[in-house]
Amino acid sequence: MKDEISREERVDNLKGMGCSRKRVEDARFTQGKGNYVDDVKLDGMLFGDFVRSPYAHANIKSIDTEAALKVPGVVAVLTAADLEPLGLHWMPTLAGDKQMVLADGKVLYQGQEVAYVIAEDRYAAADGIEAVEVEYEELQVVVDPFEALKSDVILRPDTVDENGKAVDGAHGPRNHPNHIFTWEAGDKDPTEEVIANAEIVAEEEMYYHRTHPCPLETCGCVASMDKVNGKLTLWGTFQAPHAIRTIVSLISGIEEHNIRVISPDIGGGFGNKVGAYPGYVCSVVASIVTGKPVKWIEDRMDNLMTTAFARDYWMKGKISATPEGKITGLHCHVTADHGGFDACADPTKFPAGFMNICTGSYDIPTAYLAVDGVYTNKAPGGVSYRCSFRVTEAVYFIERMIEVLAIKLDMDAAELRRINFIKKEQFPYKAALGWEYDSGDYHTAWDKALKTVDYDGLRAEQAQRVEDFKAGKTRKLMGVGLSFFTEIVGAGPVKNCDILGMGMFDSCEIRIHPTGSAIARLGTISQGQGHATTFAQILATEIGLSADSITIEEGDTDTAPYGLGTYGSRSTPVAGAAAAMVGRKIRAKAQMIAAYLLEVHDDDVEFDVDRFVVKGAPERFKTMKDIAFAAYNQAIPGIEPGLEAVSYYDPPNMTYPFGAYVCVMDIDVDTGVTDIRRFYALDDCGTRINPMVIEGQIHGGLTEALAVALGQEIAYDEMGNCKTGTLMDFFLPTAWEVPNYETDYTVTPSPHHPIGAKGVGESPHVGGVPCFSNAVQDAFRAFGLTHTNMPHDHWRIWKTANELGLHD
Amino acid sequence: MIPAAFDYYRPKDMEAVLSILVEHGDDARVMAGGHSLIPMMKLRMADVPHLIDLQDVPDLSDIVVSADSIKIGAMVTQAELIDNAELTKAAPILREAALQIADPQVRYMGTIGGNVANGDPGNDMPGLMQCLDATFHLVGPDGTRDVAARDFYEAAYMTDREDDEVLTGVTIPTPQGGYAYEKQKRKIGDYATAAAAVQIVKDGDTCTFASVAMTNLSDTPIYSADAVEALVGTTVDDAAIKAAIAAMLEDIDPSEDNRGPIAFKNHVAGVILRRTIERAWSRA
Ligand SMILES: Cc1cc2nc3c(=O)[nH]c(=O)nc-3n(C[C@H](O)[C@H](O)[C@H](O)COP(=O)(O)OP(=O)(O)OC[C@H]3O[C@@H](n4cnc5c(N)ncnc54)[C@H](O)[C@@H]3O)c2cc1C
Repeated sequence: MKDEISREERVDNLKGMGCSRKRVEDARFTQGKGNYVDDVKLDGMLFGDFVRSPYAHANIKSIDTEAALKVPGVVAVLTAADLEPLGLHWMPTLAGDKQMVLADGKVLYQGQEVAYVIAEDRYAAADGIEAVEVEYEELQVVVDPFEALKSDVILRPDTVDENGKAVDGAHGPRNHPNHIFTWEAGDKDPTEEVIANAEIVAEEEMYYHRTHPCPLETCGCVASMDKVNGKLTLWGTFQAPHAIRTIVSLISGIEEHNIRVISPDIGGGFGNKVGAYPGYVCSVVASIVTGKPVKWIEDRMDNLMTTAFARDYWMKGKISATPEGKITGLHCHVTADHGGFDACADPTKFPAGFMNICTGSYDIPTAYLAVDGVYTNKAPGGVSYRCSFRVTEAVYFIERMIEVLAIKLDMDAAELRRINFIKKEQFPYKAALGWEYDSGDYHTAWDKALKTVDYDGLRAEQAQRVEDFKAGKTRKLMGVGLSFFTEIVGAGPVKNCDILGMGMFDSCEIRIHPTGSAIARLGTISQGQGHATTFAQILATEIGLSADSITIEEGDTDTAPYGLGTYGSRSTPVAGAAAAMVGRKIRAKAQMIAAYLLEVHDDDVEFDVDRFVVKGAPERFKTMKDIAFAAYNQAIPGIEPGLEAVSYYDPPNMTYPFGAYVCVMDIDVDTGVTDIRRFYALDDCGTRINPMVIEGQIHGGLTEALAVALGQEIAYDEMGNCKTGTLMDFFLPTAWEVPNYETDYTVTPSPHHPIGAKGVGESPHVGGVPCFSNAVQDAFRAFGLTHTNMPHDHWRIWKTANELGLHD
Repeated sequence: MIPAAFDYYRPKDMEAVLSILVEHGDDARVMAGGHSLIPMMKLRMADVPHLIDLQDVPDLSDIVVSADSIKIGAMVTQAELIDNAELTKAAPILREAALQIADPQVRYMGTIGGNVANGDPGNDMPGLMQCLDATFHLVGPDGTRDVAARDFYEAAYMTDREDDEVLTGVTIPTPQGGYAYEKQKRKIGDYATAAAAVQIVKDGDTCTFASVAMTNLSDTPIYSADAVEALVGTTVDDAAIKAAIAAMLEDIDPSEDNRGPIAFKNHVAGVILRRTIERAWSRA
């Protein structure tokens, strides 16, 4: 049989890996036809909302709900006293701590949930909230974590014994009632010895400020308990729907088969939607109590002030080197402000996430890290905002330490990086803090980046600018921001990655239909990443059916296979691998069917794009469509009918994407206003599935990086009042503030991932934050600055200039 | 962020507006574009049991440009200020300033009347109106009266307008000479860290007239007569500008907020005023 179309055309028709297939999701999103949780409307649905504490630390003397119950439309008001008999007034956190669902005798942060008002609509709920009378007794507020570790004020009486002594926590001994854990990695004594004896040591303290992921869609859910069949359906903004189902089952006692969790379209997650929130628990209880569906949707202030902050790490570093610049040791101590409860969303064995990736892209022989978690009167959280667990903190730390060391050595920071990079031939590379980096080629990426931006030219221009500034010819300084990052994503191997005992594998299930199209379901859930587009591309290439003929479904626990969800750039490294593996299972069966149909031995056929051909006789073939039809409709001896498969993938290792970024910035020293003239981002995420989707991810991640570096923060006053509770003060960049981004790439596949892909959605955020920050700091290097903390908003930049004496 | 319950009125003439205002006193408020008022209601910082929508009231939306003055109806939106070519020709500073307010969506709704009547020190139009020496026209149960923009503002959200009065429009003497409106803000949609409005007339090399007003640097807009005095009669050289800045700094009284501490705001106020004067002078 002769083909009408060429092999090349057959490849194109698949729309498989490597092509910039248009996003299949966009048709509905660009037409306003998405289906988000707030679009779920059920008969008789009620609306729940919270009375929240105006105080950061207070005892609750009394809660009077009488007036609220008289407000027209108000159905019920829940307090901790109502939840206690069910054992639901507290709930476990992902970090092994527990958290109040509703204030149990006291509140620990402003905005904490005190009572839950259930009403016929959200307007009545708002009026009901206003009518609940809560009597508070204000307590001394502790917002500073260093103070908390010295204070007599015990924030969490539930974590001390009768003598007021801290009892052991989920991560071992605690040395103060407000101390949560100490977590260590690496070798303390050898590191301290290396640093003590080193010729060159640079030290710096830096604060990675508290911020917030701020997805456009806030968190919310609809709980619907069907009392007839005993089945609970829970729609919600869940980044991990299957984990939520298990947790709901464990804490409510409802059997897991009677719980159906559905994540519909999600308008951005960025880590904000990983954890479990009081709103979910209260909505479920409210639905059980009222027998009606109950919806809870946060408003913007609730979201910013209470659900899941990110960062808030006080980091202290020491880095030692030879006079030539070869790094010999790294020491890092972190004081981590976790707020009132430890609700970090990390793999449970990693209370500080993967902060121990803080040796970065460098061959550092000795290192030590210690992290102390602390309770304060701030909202709980500590989620991975567009990054794998605490990787932004780690990369910021090392990329600042490199700059500080360069200053100490009076050396070019690009050169310092180059001489310390892990070399290509050293991979797989075992880092001093324990991780095994899978693959990398840092020198090639770095050289390409520096060449593209004409690095030497930039430095020459900058030197001239400094001259001009000193001569009074300009009031603008120029900064060249560099960053080279290595991420650690794709959590993760079940042997060391679990969340509350749930292993962090992921899954894909596929069913090929008789006419050669398919539906595949995965344990992950897209929040805008474009899974329906890219996972179909992986399957298309693996199976030989067009991506356009493959429906991707995620997020419904009744239909999708179990998986741990989407965050930490794990979807492609884990579920993407499962997709490739499931494709290979399909192919294995297809091969037997093809061989049967072609009347040859199994080993005599081979896969070619969209078909099996007889080896050496390519004109004899069966397309995957032919095979699918035969799989269902032809009796084949020894082979079951049908063509479907499932794969659960437990990754052997994490993946380690990397990249080289350069930012060129002009800074008005008189006003503190920054202007990003150029931003170049080279990413190496291994095999590239869809270059267009990658570019979109890079643009988004860089924009969130710009936000964090230049102004986005959650700030508190000394009374624990949140000062940044609306988008007027919380910086969310728009097209106006965002520069043009130039993207570039190298390709170093992951050796252990079935298709060599590493994950990319978070790289630009991880690498971008230090790049923007380094640009600001670099502008002032010639005037004696070593370090200044983010966010680099106008007044803080002005203050830096002012302190350096640049204003007279 | 849901407002407390309120009654909504949409009267067809000013008489009806006034009668509702008289009946309910400070329980009633007029609404123009709603882009300051509605957010305050949603935050439950403003409690307005009786909300009177002005959009059906006639004769509040005209722009009349005559030889020596410009009259702008209270309900003229910021977008209309930007789009009206005749107005831009007569008073280009209005367009330059309006383009720096909020974003296009807000500007389609927000009105000049709401912006000047609101009394929020962050609003840009009040300072601009003081710079242009505008007159505000008010109507109340006792008839109409005029108030100079420079006399209108008393404190944050406190103005000379009585609760039962409505602002119907503003009149501006046609501005002369060079102009500039400069605003430093953190991001699009933000109120000013510091903003300055300047009109300046140049005769030969000499400044014969100037007007200077500052925004968001006190609890009211600040018209700085001393800064004006420091400029008039000079060649607007460095010394004159420095003197004007020093005079302006005496008049403002910024407070610390998320935009920064007082020292920063004073510094930026000076920088912004310098740039505004220089740009206005270059256009004079
Ligand atoms: C995101 C955002 C950003 C913004 N940024 C800026 C900015 O940078 N600069 C700026 O200047 N403004 C800004 N604003 C405010 C915006 O310009 C408002 O539209 C404007 O301040 C008020 O105009 P309005 O027509 O919306 O008035 P409304 O909100 O309807 O009314 C405001 C107040 O004025 C009173 N009022 C209105 N009209 C009259 C009248 N005719 N007579 C008597 N009283 C009246 C009302 O009772 C109310 O108290 C911003 C608003 C938003 C939402």
